[in-house]
Amino acid sequence: MSTIELAGVSRWFGNVVAVNDVTMSIGPGVTGLLGPNGAGKTTLLSMMSGFLPPSAGTVTLDGVPIWRNPELYRRIGLVPEPEAMFDSMTGWDFVHANAELHLLPDPSAATRAALEAVDMMDSRDREIGKFSKGMKQRIKMATALVHEPEVLLLDEPFNGMDPRQRMHLLALLQRLGADGRTILFSSHILEEVEDVAGTIEVIVAGRQAASGDFRSIRRLMTERPHQYTIASANDRALAAAIIADGSADAVSLTTAGLEVQASDFGRFVEALPRIAQSTSISLFEVTPADESLESVFAYLVSR
Amino acid sequence: MNLVVMRLTIRALLGRRRSFMLFGISALLLAVAGLVRWGTGASITASAGTLQNFGLGTLVPVMCLLIGTGVIAPEIEDGSIVYLLAKPIPRRTIAFSKLAVALGTSLVFTVATMVAGVAIAGDQDWQLALALGTATALASIAYTAVFFAIAIVSRNPIIVGLIYALLWEGVLAGYIPGVKDVSIRQWALAPAERLLASHPTWNVTSDLGMTPALILLGIATVAAVFVAVQRLKTLPIKVSE
Repeated sequence: MSTIELAGVSRWFGNVVAVNDVTMSIGPGVTGLLGPNGAGKTTLLSMMSGFLPPSAGTVTLDGVPIWRNPELYRRIGLVPEPEAMFDSMTGWDFVHANAELHLLPDPSAATRAALEAVDMMDSRDREIGKFSKGMKQRIKMATALVHEPEVLLLDEPFNGMDPRQRMHLLALLQRLGADGRTILFSSHILEEVEDVAGTIEVIVAGRQAASGDFRSIRRLMTERPHQYTIASANDRALAAAIIADGSADAVSLTTAGLEVQASDFGRFVEALPRIAQSTSISLFEVTPADESLESVFAYLVSR
Repeated sequence: MNLVVMRLTIRALLGRRRSFMLFGISALLLAVAGLVRWGTGASITASAGTLQNFGLGTLVPVMCLLIGTGVIAPEIEDGSIVYLLAKPIPRRTIAFSKLAVALGTSLVFTVATMVAGVAIAGDQDWQLALALGTATALASIAYTAVFFAIAIVSRNPIIVGLIYALLWEGVLAGYIPGVKDVSIRQWALAPAERLLASHPTWNVTSDLGMTPALILLGIATVAAVFVAVQRLKTLPIKVSE
């Protein structure tokens, strides 16, 4: 059982602050590191994997600083985001070399187990350069698992995987997490994280925006005020009916149509068709105005 | 030393286009040596001049540049160095293993090319081959160490290395008196000058005496290795593009 602790960690590159005063503790089980692109997820992972010193604060594994401590790699497995490996080698040779570099007593057995875990034994003798993106991802995963690490750090592991490979990796991560290993993976897609992670850390613009179990984060995200733009046959009459119904907080009439703000997402979505039907107003278009992930994150930060 | 790191390094180095370029450069020097022999009737002075200036002054540093940076720069560039660094192996061991491969490859390529070049262009009882072969071996060790360090320190190792190799070593160190004293090529030629003391007309000369030259060569090599190891220990890597 291992725990990664970040205490008051900041990292800046010149004038750019990539990570700003983050304190978190990542324990056994699967944790998702969620945030939009460019939020600082990769910088955080780089510091946790010992490839970048924090500019301020400490990053430790069970109390031991990770920076400049190669011995800790016996306990850490890393799945980096870049695709580049030693492309002229076969899958088997590359994973085997990784096993040897970990100074394992039986590298062949470890290689076999790792390739079986990611379902790549059948393709083990093909060159890595000729693999698809999803297969490369699995080989990367095998190199990270070959020494059975207590801690597994994965940067955007689901990128480029097809649904079947995704399900396979999800199941693998869940199994490893249930074994008591400490697993952290980054993603910018909420649905990816919710399927597997027990705990979620949300990072936006280098800051920790939210932290906790998936349900509470999901509630934060769905209970925020939602914006809609509506075009209808009679915007003015529809505006009156929506206000009278009480399912929205604010309605404004613009040249583009109605702009509606509703804090109870479920209730408004359910009420709108009913209102339209009872007032006999045709709806031409209903568009959620700010459903991008960035706006969801921005809302979380502003709280 | 770590044999797995060395094996992976050899594989990556020789698997790349660079190895074709190395053979190409070797072939170029041998072709020029052939022309010199044909044009001058195997004059040893012409042979010594060509192989000193074009061989030791230009092609040897370029070969060492390709090899010294080739063992590590592409991996730093594309991020695959992570697979070596995220292992319970001291960074120092990784650096030494890669450097050993680079030194071995450089010595084989440059010394073999130089000795063959001298043999083709013109020699007398292998004396010139021995002298220039010695100078090439010494220069190769120092150049390879320096370029290896540049590969880890600089983001554009090939550009920086080429400017140093061609401008400083190739041009300035050939003509400008002050620069001559701070040139791996001049240092490496000191033992060659000593070996050919009985043939002053061959014009194999160095600006420095043997002892200071060897001391300076040693200092440059050790300093480069030190810088390379220290830098690799704290090489910041973002595990993403």
